[in-house]
Parts: sequence; C-alpha cells; structure tokens
Amino acid sequence: MFKEAGLTALVVFGLTFGLVGFKTHDVPGGLTILTRFDQVAMATVLAFVGRIAQVMLREGRAKPVLAAVGPFTLLVLTALLLDAFAAPDTVAPMAWARPFTSPVVNWIVLIIATIMTGRAAWALRHGLAGAADREAAMDRVGAKVQQAARYLGPVLLAVAIILPFLPIADRRLLDIAILVVTYIMLGWGLNIVVGLAGLLDLGYVAFYAVGAYSFALLATNFDLGFWICLPFAGVMAATAGVLLGFPVLRLRGDYLAIVTLGFGEMIRIILLNWYEFTNGPDGISGIPRPSFFGLPFKRSAPEGVETFHGFFDLTYSPLDRIIFLYYVILVLALITNLFTLRIRKLPVGRAWEALREDEIACRSLGINPTNTKLTAFSIGAMFGGFAGSFFATRQGFISPESFTFIESAVILSIVVLGGMGSQIGVVLAAVLLIGLPEFFRELQQYRMLAFGGAMVLIMVWRPAGLLAHRDPTIRLHGGKGVREGPT
Amino acid sequence: MTADPPAPLLTVEHLTMRFGGLVAIDDVSFQAADCEITAIIGPNGAGKTTVFNCLTGFYKPTVGRLTLHHPQKGDILLERMEGFRIAQKADVARTFQNIRLFAAMSVLENLVVAQHNALMRASAYTVGGLLGLARYRNAESEAVERARYWLDRVGLTDRADWDAGNLPYGDQRRLEVARAMCTEPVLLCLDEPAAGLNPRESQELNELLLFIRDEHRIGLLLIEHDMNVVMGISDHIVVLDYGRLISDGTPEEVRADPAVIRAYLGEEEDEDLPPEVARDLAQQAGPAEG
Ligand SMILES: Nc1ncnc2c1ncn2[C@@H]1O[C@H](COP(=O)(O)OP(=O)(O)OP(=O)(O)O)[C@@H](O)[C@H]1O
Ligand SMILES: [Mg+2]
Repeated sequence: MFKEAGLTALVVFGLTFGLVGFKTHDVPGGLTILTRFDQVAMATVLAFVGRIAQVMLREGRAKPVLAAVGPFTLLVLTALLLDAFAAPDTVAPMAWARPFTSPVVNWIVLIIATIMTGRAAWALRHGLAGAADREAAMDRVGAKVQQAARYLGPVLLAVAIILPFLPIADRRLLDIAILVVTYIMLGWGLNIVVGLAGLLDLGYVAFYAVGAYSFALLATNFDLGFWICLPFAGVMAATAGVLLGFPVLRLRGDYLAIVTLGFGEMIRIILLNWYEFTNGPDGISGIPRPSFFGLPFKRSAPEGVETFHGFFDLTYSPLDRIIFLYYVILVLALITNLFTLRIRKLPVGRAWEALREDEIACRSLGINPTNTKLTAFSIGAMFGGFAGSFFATRQGFISPESFTFIESAVILSIVVLGGMGSQIGVVLAAVLLIGLPEFFRELQQYRMLAFGGAMVLIMVWRPAGLLAHRDPTIRLHGGKGVREGPT
Repeated sequence: MTADPPAPLLTVEHLTMRFGGLVAIDDVSFQAADCEITAIIGPNGAGKTTVFNCLTGFYKPTVGRLTLHHPQKGDILLERMEGFRIAQKADVARTFQNIRLFAAMSVLENLVVAQHNALMRASAYTVGGLLGLARYRNAESEAVERARYWLDRVGLTDRADWDAGNLPYGDQRRLEVARAMCTEPVLLCLDEPAAGLNPRESQELNELLLFIRDEHRIGLLLIEHDMNVVMGISDHIVVLDYGRLISDGTPEEVRADPAVIRAYLGEEEDEDLPPEVARDLAQQAGPAEG
C-alpha cells in the first residue's frame, strides 16, 4: 500500500517539479523565474494520501477513508465557497484550507475528494461494488433513463420550444443553444451511420461541408433562398455519400475508419484548392439569411419587400432573427430524430442493426450488405448536408476552415459518449460536450482539459457510452412486466 | 453412388476448393434429395464446412458445378451467384458452426430480420413504411406470426423479448435454426447444430429436424459429429475425409463401409476423433476393427 502510494507520489513529484515548480514571471527588464515548491510539495502529499485512501477503499476499509476524506472535503468546500463569494480584492478567510493557488485546480481537487467521499459512504452502506456490479447498475440506470425518456423527451422538447421566451434567454444563451442543437442534429445524423449501422465514419464533416457549400454556391450564384436550396443540399450530400461510400463500404472497422478520414480530408482540400469554384481559403461570404416565408429579418427592406416585423406589426428586434434560426435548427433536428425513430422500426433499420451485429449472418439471410450500408451512409450524409446548409445560412460566411477533422471527431465523440444508437444519449452528450464548454469559456485552457478529462472518465467507467441501453424495436409480449433476461 | 428414388434437390458435381496449395475439397460429387436429411460427416478438417461455404456463396469454388433443383423456380446454378443472392433468390438457408446471432437484438427481432426481403417489398423499399401504409403493417404482423410459429416450435416463445445474446447456449442453437427457417428455404444447411448440446436438448433437436423435413417438406443438409444424431435421423450420408468423398449411401451402407471405418479408426488418425464417436463406431462396425 505504502509502496504503491509512494510510487504515485514520486510520479506526481516528477511531473510537477518541472511543470509547476518553476514559473516565468514578467518583471520590468526581463523574465525571472519564480519557484513554487510549496505547490509541488502539496501535490505530492495529496497524491500520496489520496492513493492510500484509494487503495484502502479498494480493500474495503471504507470507515477510515470516510473519516479522513469527508472532513477534508467539507473544509475545502467551505474555503472555496468563501473565496468564490468574497468581495474582489479582499483575502477570503480560511485561505490556509485552499490547497493550491489556482482556483480551478482547487475545484478539481474538491471534485475528486467528493467522489471519494461518496464512494466510501456508498461502500459503507451497500458493501463493496465491483466493476461488474457498477456496470450492471449503470445499465439499469441507462434502462431507467431510456424508460424515463418517454417522459423526459417531451419535457426536454417543451423546454426547447419555450426556451427563447424564457427570461434567461439572451443573445448568448440562444447562440449557444443554436450551436448545441446543430451538434445534436449532426450527432443524430451520424448516429444512423455509427450507432445503427455500425460503420465507423471519421469523415462525417465532409457531408456537412458538401451541404454548406451546395447551399452557399446555389444561393450566391443563382440568388435562391434557403428553403429552396435546403432539399437540394441534402440531395447533394446524399449523392456524395453514395459516391464516397460505394468504393469503401466493402472495408470493415478500422480500415473503413481510416478511409473515411481520408475522404473527409480530401473534400476539405478540394474546397481549399478549387479556387475558381469555391473561392478557396477565402471562403464564400454574403450567403443570404433565411426569411420567414419571404419576409426578411431586417430593420428596413428595399422597396416592395416587407420585413418580418413590419408584416406582423412588431417592433424591430435583432433577436428575432436569432430566435427564428433557433427554431429552424430545432425543427431540422426533430425531423432527423423522428426519421431515425421511425426507420429503426422498418426493415432497413433492422437490417442496419443486424449488419452491425453480424455481417456474415446477414448475408446468409439474403440481405444485400452493400446496398444496406449505402442507404445508411447516404441517409446519414443527407442529414449532415441539411445541418451544413443551416450552418452556412447562420454564419453568412463559410470557408474550408470550418470543416476540419476535429469537427468529425467532436461529432463522433458525441455519439460514442452518448451511447451508440441512443437518441437521448446524443442530446445529453451534446449538452455536456458543446454546451458546458461554451458556458465556461472563462476557464480558457482548462476547458479543453475538462473536455478531455470527462472523455477519459466516461470511457473508463462506461465504455459503452452514457446511455447504451437498447430497446427492442418490436415486442411479442407487450411493454412491461416481462423478464428481459439477465442483464 | 446409389440412385435416389426421391426427386433430387441439389446436385454437386466435381466440387473442388483450393486455398493456395491446400486442397480443402477434392473433386467431390453427390446428390441430396428433396424432403430428406442428408448428413455430411467426416473427421475434423475434412472439408465439411467448406462445402457449405461453397453452397451458400461464401466461397467461390475453384472447380465444380452446384445445381439447385428448385421445386418452384427450376434449376439454379449456385456457384455463379453472389453470397447474399443465394439466400435471397435460391432460398438456401444455413446456420453456422460458431453461432452467429444478432446478439444485441431481441429474439423476435432476429426472426423478423430473417424476413427482410419480403418485408422490404411490402414496405415498398422503405417509402411505404415511412408513410405508414397498411400494406406494410399487415406484412409486419404476418412476419411476427411466422416468428411466433417458429418460436413455439423451438420453445422460445417466453423468451421472445430477450436479447439473443443472453440466451443459454442450447437456446441460441435452436434460435439459429428458427431464424434460418423464417427465410422459408427449400434447402436448409445446418453446420453442427447439436454441438455442445446435452442429450435431452440433442433429442429435441432431432425431433425439430424431423418435423422440418416431414411437415415443411424441404431438404436438409446436416453436418454432424454426433453419430447417434447422424445414424438416428439421416436418410442419406456423405462421408468426406481429407477433402475427398470416401463413401455415400444409406446409414446402413455407410456404417458397413470399410473405407469409413478406416477413416475414422485408421491407425494414426485416432486422435482426430472424439472418444465417444470412436466407441460408437467401433460398436456399430462390430468386431471388424479393434
Ligand atoms: N478460408 C480458408 N483459408 C484457408 N484454408 C481454409 C479456409 N477455410 C478452410 N480452410 C481449410 O480447409 C480445410 C477444411 O476445413 P473445414 O472447415 O471445411 O473442415 P470441417 O470438416 O468443417 O472441420 P470441423 O469438423 O473441424 O468443422 C481445413 O484444413 C482448413 O484449414
Ligand atoms: Mg466445420
């Protein structure tokens, strides 16, 4: 135990000595180095003690852990709260109980300590939980949430619908909401490909880009409106899906992932270099904003055109346009969701899932694997294309920079984190991964740290994703009261 | 080769399959009759599964002709067809030596997926299904009825909503047979369906196979190691050894064939054979070998 703890402390010491121990500091006339060995010592001690507590927890000795970590948690919590609510420029009391100088690191310490206290308390009441028990418990939670989704879904939907009219809805919140819903839609679209059909697609952003550029080029060259171009952008993206999918869908698993990644990059590079057509790195600007059945959201309109606020006799508010955009993406996302829920119960949808489970068995049942995969790929691409044209009309400007690999990675993270195939999981993951980081922009670089940390934690605790419970698409024995088999 | 009085369902002619230098099947010819159980037996690695893989389009035979005499659709040359089309157009269904169910899907869903092609047509290739047309709804409830029928037959009705992967092993084997039957085949190929079953389950499986033969009037090809099963229910036996056909006839003929006894009880090849099979054969062959 002590050996293990000592080793951990040593590693922490080694890591922090160089990284935390010295800090460059601006002084008039150059840089000096400040030493912060107290911080290093604190980190080492905390790591040592924390590791001991962890080992003791693992061995089932929860009482001493609770006795030690519990008060520590409370202490740190009080100190941090005092600090958080202290008037600026005053030193809050209990400064000695704040282990580090950086508030963010302190909060992280607090979170870890809280988790440990919780686990110790849990272990005292329910006995030691093994990984398998935890997995089973989480699965039951997943099943419960899935059941609750029947009620949770409408509630979330209601909140989403009235959101713009809530008193908290300001420009910033709505912007974040639009972003989150866009990613929810992308997540739902990719969920068809990855979650249902089991095709690992690392280049989904390519279809997002095709949709955005189709719309932008049509709109700027032919002077067409958003609603006319939208279906066309979807068709273009779906066509791109078929064209890209046809040669690569024979591949499986990792190979498919690599090739789709390559295709995603190819599309971006084409957009970057086909200057005459796409305007290259300069992008396309002046993309028209969507209108409300022909009524533009402008303060004043040219002769002969009535504006939205003019028509409805409202006072002009720049927020109107944002609210309208919000509803547009909400409707698009809901269409994606309803479509997926419906198609899952149709033969194609079931064939997608069967294909994910076992392609060889599918072939032995007369299911055409290539066509079935292609439909999944192109339908997923189509929704990506819709989302892409929305993105273009919202931004008014697009360039290849918006469609880098990192976008694909984020969308895929949302799907994987939410639990492959789970619709409500995607919502949850999008809020967690997109919404929270946007809200906590003040935390700057720690934002990405938290993002990565959350990903790692979830993958350790729940490799199948947050809500990986799957409900059958059809039942023989009604809904409830039937044994589902050992889970 | 014995002349089969019943109508032939499948004719295999000069089937050869090479993997690089390895000859897995070497010039094998036999016939399987309609409404009969034809067993393919042979020691491990004899090439039995490879015959199935050629028949169901997973491998393309190096040489040979595979003709299915489809009762409704006439003669079909299987070796020219792509894998999934054999199940789709020629109505040949199969099970796998290592069970291949859709583990995360429910038992009922497994059986509904098996009726994919019929449902696809009924849903007008998804369009009608999306619109919620009555035609698709009817087709789906028909599919569920068919699934229920087979669930009753294999005794899985109570577990219809379980995940297939959570079923006990014996149930999974039977579910795989039920799933294959849901495609309404004219030829059902079973790759060691009794492997790993206890004697009671094995007995139930025999009854199921006889039921399929007698009530659904289709032909069955059966790979099996358990000699009790083979001798008990097959009408016709084909014996392979090292990819070659060494015997072909009724169970009585095959049991008495010296070539078979040699293959199974040959001097050095004893270890290929599960002990209970060896004992069995030795008993049935009488005092011919020690
Ligand atoms: N795809 C393949 N590539 C190379 N060799 C193969 C392939 N498939 C089968 N073989 C070889 O062909 C031979 C026959 O294999 P097969 O699986 O048909 O035997 P089997 O009679 O089914 O045996 P068992 O009773 O163990 O199932 C074996 O030597 C095997 O290694
Ligand atoms: Mg085999």
